[in-house]
Amino acid sequence: MGCIESLPYEVILRGSSFKESREYIRKNFRENRDIKPGFKIFDTYIIGVPPIAIGLDGDSVIFPYTKPCHGTFLLRIQDPEEAARLRALK
Amino acid sequence: MADIPGEGQPQRSALLVLGCPQVPVQTSIALYLMHRLRQAGINPVVAGNRSAITLLVVADPRRQYLGEALDLDRMIGQITEKKRDFEHCFVFIHNDAGISYAATMGAILKARLYAVIYGEHSDQIAASIDFPCNKIAAKAVHNPVPLKKMLDEVAPWAA
Repeated sequence: MGCIESLPYEVILRGSSFKESREYIRKNFRENRDIKPGFKIFDTYIIGVPPIAIGLDGDSVIFPYTKPCHGTFLLRIQDPEEAARLRALK
Repeated sequence: MADIPGEGQPQRSALLVLGCPQVPVQTSIALYLMHRLRQAGINPVVAGNRSAITLLVVADPRRQYLGEALDLDRMIGQITEKKRDFEHCFVFIHNDAGISYAATMGAILKARLYAVIYGEHSDQIAASIDFPCNKIAAKAVHNPVPLKKMLDEVAPWAA
């Protein structure tokens, strides 16, 4: 997982599908954004079926992370700078 | 033996994106596809995780079929940064993660995209893919022949 594995992350959903991740974010995080596959979060390229939904909750970023053998994990990482960068996206 | 492009002729290339190697047919079909691509003068490049690539390296010690092989995340980085492009892209899919990788390749590459779908749930997986791609699907887990037949019918190396 590279960079993300070294960060203190919380797993919100484990082994979910890309659809479940998208629906969970849209349902549970009023502040959300759609990004394209290949967009970088925490210096890692995000994989998924577009549109990929990410959530913002205060200083936390909620996003899907996909691994070939384990499916998609929905992760929450607290990082004020990254949250501010993503919040500034149009 | 693979055809070698003439001097000054651009090298045609295909990217094979491998999934988790837990379904046995993946390695066999990847080697077969690389063989057919090389015969057609197309240079195959593989992206996958360490296990998927190691299975190929061990099965093809003289590198008759396998050429360049790269970690999947590194390859996605190179494509996203516009350092690489391919004429064809084959994504091996047997689970939800494979669909995500295929959609990503479809979004970041200009290549002709093929979803090579196999495993116990190949029908459901094929039905759930609603983005543009060419689907090559067979319910193949241990026996690669049904998937090989589908590949031969589609003959993507001739496209």
